[in-house]
Amino acid sequence: MEFFTRHKRFWLIAPAVVYIGFFMGLPLLQMAYVSILERGTNGGVNWGSLSFDAYISFIFDRDLMDNLIINTDYLQIFLRSFELSALTTVLALILGFPTAFYIAMQPQSRRNMFIFLVTIPFWTNILVRNYAWMLLLRNGGLIDNLLNTIGLDTGGLDLLYTPYAVSIGLTYTYLPFMVLPIYASLEKLDHRLIEAAFDLGANKRKAMTRIILPLATPGIIAGSILVFIPCLGAYVTPELLGGGKFMMIANLIGSQFGAARNWPFGAALGFVLLALVLIAMMVYSLKFKKLPENAS
Amino acid sequence: MKLRSILLGASAFALLSLGAGAAKADGELFFYNWSNYFPPELFDKFEKETGIKVTLDVYDSNETMLAKLQAGASGYDIVVASDYMVDVMIKEKLATEFDAKSLENFKNVAKPHDTMKYDPDRKYSVTYLWGTTGFTYDSDVAKEKLDDSWKEFFEPRPEFQGKIGALNDEVEMYAAAAYYAGVDKCTEDPKEAQKILDILQKQKPYVAVYSSEGTIDRMAAKEVAMHMQWNGASHRTKESLPSAVFVYPREGLSFWSDHFIIPKGSPHFENAKTFINWMMQPENAAAASNYAGYMNAIKGSDAYLDESLKTDPAVNMPEKYADRLVPGKNCSEKARDLRNRVWTKLKS
Amino acid sequence: MKIDRTNPIWRFHGITPMAIFFFAYLYLPIIVLLVLSFNENRLATIWTGFSTQWYSVVLDNSDMLRAAQNSLVIGLSATVIATIAATLAAMGMARGRFRGESGVAAMLTLPLLVPEIVTAIATLLFFIVIGVKLGLISIIAAHTVFCIPFAYLPIRARLDGMDPALIEAANDLYANEWQAFKRVTFPLLWPGILSGAMLSFIISLDDFVISYFVGGAGSTTLPIYIFGMIRIGITPEVNAISALMLIISIIFVSISFLIDRIRY
Repeated sequence: MEFFTRHKRFWLIAPAVVYIGFFMGLPLLQMAYVSILERGTNGGVNWGSLSFDAYISFIFDRDLMDNLIINTDYLQIFLRSFELSALTTVLALILGFPTAFYIAMQPQSRRNMFIFLVTIPFWTNILVRNYAWMLLLRNGGLIDNLLNTIGLDTGGLDLLYTPYAVSIGLTYTYLPFMVLPIYASLEKLDHRLIEAAFDLGANKRKAMTRIILPLATPGIIAGSILVFIPCLGAYVTPELLGGGKFMMIANLIGSQFGAARNWPFGAALGFVLLALVLIAMMVYSLKFKKLPENAS
Repeated sequence: MKLRSILLGASAFALLSLGAGAAKADGELFFYNWSNYFPPELFDKFEKETGIKVTLDVYDSNETMLAKLQAGASGYDIVVASDYMVDVMIKEKLATEFDAKSLENFKNVAKPHDTMKYDPDRKYSVTYLWGTTGFTYDSDVAKEKLDDSWKEFFEPRPEFQGKIGALNDEVEMYAAAAYYAGVDKCTEDPKEAQKILDILQKQKPYVAVYSSEGTIDRMAAKEVAMHMQWNGASHRTKESLPSAVFVYPREGLSFWSDHFIIPKGSPHFENAKTFINWMMQPENAAAASNYAGYMNAIKGSDAYLDESLKTDPAVNMPEKYADRLVPGKNCSEKARDLRNRVWTKLKS
Repeated sequence: MKIDRTNPIWRFHGITPMAIFFFAYLYLPIIVLLVLSFNENRLATIWTGFSTQWYSVVLDNSDMLRAAQNSLVIGLSATVIATIAATLAAMGMARGRFRGESGVAAMLTLPLLVPEIVTAIATLLFFIVIGVKLGLISIIAAHTVFCIPFAYLPIRARLDGMDPALIEAANDLYANEWQAFKRVTFPLLWPGILSGAMLSFIISLDDFVISYFVGGAGSTTLPIYIFGMIRIGITPEVNAISALMLIISIIFVSISFLIDRIRY
């Protein structure tokens, strides 16, 4: 193929890679260096003097006798962030997949309108959307009232300022990142293909697992990544909808660059998170590679 | 083709707007301040009188501001820093010496604001506004008048349980709990820090929300019945909730002051001095107080203050509470570590 | 409702109600927000009467308009640069394997794997060290980084499902490879490009943390401005500016629809 000669491919890929390498790779390397530096007394770092304190204090704590003991506070925050992000990804998939499928099955002329309908709410700001959810979820708010009107006396739902509220808010925030990639991969699905499957005696489940899902898989993978990772770094939603009662990783990191003024520890926390994400991704991609073999 | 038309239009628009932004006037001032802390009308007045146009950017904490300045030139001409941050900025050589006493209007500065612990000769800073951090409660909810103690906040009565709003602020919450525990807020002793943690953890089940945003709204909507608040916010709460009462706890409450500082590398140094001098005029200082609800440090500004501000004990503190005020302090690294670990434990 | 037998959706019972629920969930907060933008009361949580005063307040607020303009400039610039780079990269990556491919792929998605707050601080420190002045340009540079993978993934997903025979056929039929691209690859690819560009734009418009750290004097974006405002509580002003943003988006989208109609 003329278009994709080795030489040309290089020049196609180079701009994006060089750009990311320069504006992201280099800053991260610099940041890695910061994480093994000594902290400055008033924040910042002492360039040049190395120290591994930041990594040690992630797992260990010094008790009163100056012995190292294991400290689970930070691990707990990490664990909670992973749980909430996984829950959010699943919720987004449950809502997003049928919707993407529904849109992909619409006549060509209507699909774009639906896609824009999906994206329009996101022209408002994330803070504003979170506030709207606060108004909806709070006691005496719209959802509470609605349930009371249809006869369910909830006696105050107490939904707001709970992890559920955070999940609802996060799912809302990242929904389009699930819907759009799935739609993009389902969009070329031909109605006749499904009809043919039914004509040949396939049932719904078979049509779904043999035709629709394999086609949607790249989109589902992309969508799940796009939802899961930003969720891990969520900063605003746990503060607003969770009532600031528990931290997620980003809040912890933020506080190191805030009141604690411990930049190396903040940088180290960031790198621990990055490492965990990379491991999770590797496990995920290994599993994904096996899938098509099982399905066929 | 649709996409191409979108992209073309978009890039044309972006280029045009960038060009428009590049045309900059000379009489400029870049001001970096807390949000909602400066009356927008005052910028117009300043521009009218001096021809200098002020551009405002906002931050949410001293540390954010510090991080930007520490990282290097930021392009700001004036920043507003709290007391302990003045200390940090001078020590880190991030503040420019401008010798406030040499400014014409410095004669208007009231005692004791003509000096300051971390900048005794006022070489680097001038007080903008000052205030206190206590708590506000809705007297309609209380069955009787509350005691003026942090106990009411940390160990609330039944009618307030689950209706407490706390500030989502490591420094303020830790300090309040330290006053209540009777220990130094910059303690380096883990046992004392443990006491503070115990108080905060015992209080947590009664707390509806930790948030420094929208405290006024939350009280006015009766979402919470008690909120840790800055006194100016408490004053503004009263405007929509007349039954709100501000408490000066007898164990002590934080007394803080915020100061104008010209950061290192300020591109419009002379304009910055003009602005600071202008803000020391009584009517301008009063306008800031009327807007934010906090007291200024300028003699003669009383004449221009709103009546509601002058008569509100939350703002115009009764003399008998004066010995309850605890000034801000720049805690050591070890103390900050303890504080951060307490805060993290509370929220893990 | 009559069942459309040509659309296989009818065979899957749960799909339509789920999609309806999805859009209800999506628009509920938006409706609340629109309604409250007409609230006479300053406090968003208390309804006292109908008023359009907040719209005039917003249109008079030059700071807020400047912030909105900054956000649009940043969003559009970052989207354009990122979408072009991502489209090229996706086309380069989509055909066949090469040495170091997985490394390159990892590089392209790297910005997604780094938590925003780390990106923000790392980028800030980096800009200072290489001496970039903080402002609009620095924010655009930083936004472009995380927009590239958001544009790349949908485009790549689209390309992966494309029949290579189509492009081969095009190459056989057209002498010029640019024509093959313009007439065949691009039209097939554009739903992916469009969703990629949309994602980029939304994520840039929404970004708070990175703009907050990487911005400098005079580069306040709308999220930063709104963040400053909500410290006293969300006001109808914020609701009004959100409503205006929605209207701009609808106009923007409608125009692109119209241009499309005329060209076909």
